[in-house]
Amino acid sequence: MNSSGLRIPILKVEEVLIASIQVALHDASAVQFKDDLLQKIHDTKARGVIIDLTAIDVVDSFIGRMIADIAAMAGLMGSRVVLTGLQPAVAITLVELGLELPNVMTALNLEKGLAVMKNQVISPDEEEEQGDGTG
Amino acid sequence: MAQAKAAVIRSDLDIVIARTLARDTARSLGFGPIDQARIATAVSELARNIFLYAGSGSVTVREIERGLRRGIEIVCEDQGPGIPDIELSLQDGYSTSRGMGMGLPGARRLMDEFDIQTQAGVGTTITCRKWRS
Ligand SMILES: Nc1ncnc2c1ncn2[C@@H]1O[C@H](COP(=O)(O)OP(=O)(O)O)[C@@H](O)[C@H]1O
Ligand SMILES: [Mg+2]
Repeated sequence: MNSSGLRIPILKVEEVLIASIQVALHDASAVQFKDDLLQKIHDTKARGVIIDLTAIDVVDSFIGRMIADIAAMAGLMGSRVVLTGLQPAVAITLVELGLELPNVMTALNLEKGLAVMKNQVISPDEEEEQGDGTG
Repeated sequence: MAQAKAAVIRSDLDIVIARTLARDTARSLGFGPIDQARIATAVSELARNIFLYAGSGSVTVREIERGLRRGIEIVCEDQGPGIPDIELSLQDGYSTSRGMGMGLPGARRLMDEFDIQTQAGVGTTITCRKWRS
């Protein structure tokens, strides 16, 4: 199998990095992804990162931790993480497993994730438009 | 009843294979998508523990019946070092490998029945079941 060849592409759109995980991640490829993503945040000074999990049907404690680590490290580099496309079954399982993902924003899909980035990360000064705060 | 199916665990790729086997079996037994995710996630945790702590082992998945109820049984076996303190290992956040320590307690919460047999130097067998509602 392509154990080491598998790399998740990371795209840059304006100030936001977008990574869509389309295959089941085994542990080595998850670690590779984390390293690649953090390097890319550093290189591009991206202010936001969207990780799309639409195609992912299992998030166990290893992947959950990877996401939490990415969010924490991205935060240290001045970048915010938004998770998109989390399947309902995956979200429920994460909670039952006992994992919380503090510091990670979520949005229903990639489009909404981009909107969250625009409103809360790229131009947070326009927040008065949002009325009741967290929305 | 359908025959048991087993996945050998020797690498991190086998973790994905084992949880896919568990999910496919759960789906074919009529479990809904949320239960499929619970079962696949529990197997992912237990298979990773085999890989991390014992090096190798196996995950066997089969259909079970009890009275009118039908369900799935997963047996995770290894000949590794054993778990020294079961109670401690089932506490949220306890890890000897700087892991999250959520694998065993989380898998237990995700399944309906959960049993650990372990002996130092002999190995560990974890049997867990989930019943179709
Ligand atoms: N199959 C096993 N063989 C030996 N020890 C194990 C096994 N599975 C779990 N353990 C022990 O139980 C602890 C808790 O496991 P777990 O809840 O999965 O957390 P983690 O893997 O993140 O440490 C592990 O750190 C390890 O010491
Ligand atoms: Mg574990």
